[in-house]
Amino acid sequence: MTPVVRARDLVQTYAVRRGLLRAAAKLQAVRGVSLEIAPGQTLAVVGESGSGKSTLGRMIGLIEKPLTGELELDGADAIKRASGTAARLRRTVQFVFQNPYGSLNPRKKIGAILTEPLIINTDLTRKDRIAKAQDMMARVGLRPEHYTRYPHMFSGGQRQRIAIARALILDPKLVVADEPISALDVSIQAQVLNLLADLQRDTGVAYLFISHDLTVVGHIAHNVLVLYLGVAVEQGPKTVIFDRPLHPYTQALLASTPVTTGTKRPRIVVKGEPPSPINPPPGCVFSTRCPYVTDRCRLERPATRVVAGRLVACHYAEKFLQTMSS
Amino acid sequence: MALLHISALSVEFPTANGALRAVDQVSFELEEGEVLGVVGESGSGKSVTMLALMGLVPIPGRVRAERMVFGGRDLLGISDRERRRLTGKDITMIFQDPTTSLNPCFTIGFQLTEALRVHERMDHKSARRHTIALLEQVGIPDAESRLKAFPHQLSGGMSQRVMIAMAIACNPRLLIADEPTTALDVTVQAQILELLQSLQRERGMALILITHNMGVVAEMARRIIVMYAGQIVEDRSAAGLFDAPEHPYTAALLAALPERGGIDGRLATIPGMIPGPYDRPMGCLFSPRCAYATEFSRRVPPELRAWQGGRIRCHYPLGDPQRAAKIAADQPALER
Repeated sequence: MTPVVRARDLVQTYAVRRGLLRAAAKLQAVRGVSLEIAPGQTLAVVGESGSGKSTLGRMIGLIEKPLTGELELDGADAIKRASGTAARLRRTVQFVFQNPYGSLNPRKKIGAILTEPLIINTDLTRKDRIAKAQDMMARVGLRPEHYTRYPHMFSGGQRQRIAIARALILDPKLVVADEPISALDVSIQAQVLNLLADLQRDTGVAYLFISHDLTVVGHIAHNVLVLYLGVAVEQGPKTVIFDRPLHPYTQALLASTPVTTGTKRPRIVVKGEPPSPINPPPGCVFSTRCPYVTDRCRLERPATRVVAGRLVACHYAEKFLQTMSS
Repeated sequence: MALLHISALSVEFPTANGALRAVDQVSFELEEGEVLGVVGESGSGKSVTMLALMGLVPIPGRVRAERMVFGGRDLLGISDRERRRLTGKDITMIFQDPTTSLNPCFTIGFQLTEALRVHERMDHKSARRHTIALLEQVGIPDAESRLKAFPHQLSGGMSQRVMIAMAIACNPRLLIADEPTTALDVTVQAQILELLQSLQRERGMALILITHNMGVVAEMARRIIVMYAGQIVEDRSAAGLFDAPEHPYTAALLAALPERGGIDGRLATIPGMIPGPYDRPMGCLFSPRCAYATEFSRRVPPELRAWQGGRIRCHYPLGDPQRAAKIAADQPALER
């Protein structure tokens, strides 16, 4: 089956002005990330602020073009777009944003918000558009009378349902969801996570799920990509990575996440904070905070390679695996 | 004697359509050196309760209480002047977003020494010495040169460390931390929690940790208060609460956590939403969303009462052996 997304070595940099007279600096947001998502699968991109996870989502969601790299959406080249494919490509990928208060136009009724994509992208008649919008509303758990209401009349959880309905109304192959539940309360988070899972089961849509919350990722994802300073330090099936994380950063992330259940893991507290993406460390990106750092790490960027069923970029991944098994 | 004693605290905000009750009859005690977690969803009144304790409820909010005593001093009849002497010294508070809690116009050093000069009447030199020691204690490297830094030159984690240094400057007996790590990254969150925990132990100060993150309180607090719609619904030891919650709301909240997995990959959910000011139910405030609501609980609000070594506000606690019979006798509510 053709993957919904195939990305190779995506790179994105931004020029950041630092004062009036100084030259603009180069911020390396994403530094060569490759990924693939199969239909009906969820890839979770995990990382802290400044890791480039939103930039990665925006490139795959066609909001911005990568500086270099290859990107295929549903088998079609999304960078050197053949004429006439641009509109079709945009229909294959849709977005759900973090803040449902900012992502819905306050002056439009829900009906208008949901039918607008159909006006632009399809030849449906007005009657069919309304029918489709109402069908979509029912599927995300909104009532028919909500059709004529404005966004401010809804709670945060309901607004996120509207945003999800809008994303799915064109039957996309992929939805990029950028922290879709982090603005919601716990009980509402659970409702939205269930909705996303139901819709995936019914429509076969794939998700690129961007999140900083590992408990959520552990619940929803099939595959996980751990991003640090624009580099994918570890990526592979969720169970493989959660059971036996090999990159020290993944280990630290999992150990730092507070949970209410089970035995408490010894908290590996990594020191300091992520360095600025304007001048990342020359060797391994995590070398400034890694508890196992050696001179080699500071000088030589580790190669990304397959170790025990996942891709990992750490000089000592094989060693960690040995000590864990013995 | 308890360090803090609050009974029947209510906070109301007048609106065009009548009073909005943000905090409703909240009572609790806190011992010297105790770590208390207060959890609840947005709108549960957890932050406003603490603002009332600090005397920071914004106008036109009305604060009423039967008793509010801190360290033997009555906080209700106190003058503004006396209260200012207390807050910032014996009771201090840190907030969610450290970058907006610091004044952008003054250096870190100035803002840190202010508390010492005002409350401890230190001179400039000894305040400065003391401040450097404080910054080192909260893990800020190269403390002396940091004194001249402005808040925008610090990262979020560093700003929160500065806030903590400011809060502990005068050796408070109680530190209230309102969502102290919500704005921070996971690895930095772990550092700040570790710091709060070690400072609390070293100094023996009491700590109230307000958060919506169940994992954070599970790892930090010995005792937990769960709030819902302005009321305390459960108050119990952390171990007991997470293993065997007694209130249906607490149980539902825990079941909704993704880490608890759910059945077949589906998470348990709580239908409906927290009642707003205009649709407050007559009986138990949770009854419209409760799986065990009865005709009786919809009519008669439960009192907060002692239960299994803690307190609970529910007619039918989950650990009550006669529970099923009681629910049957009170006629289960047909629809939610």
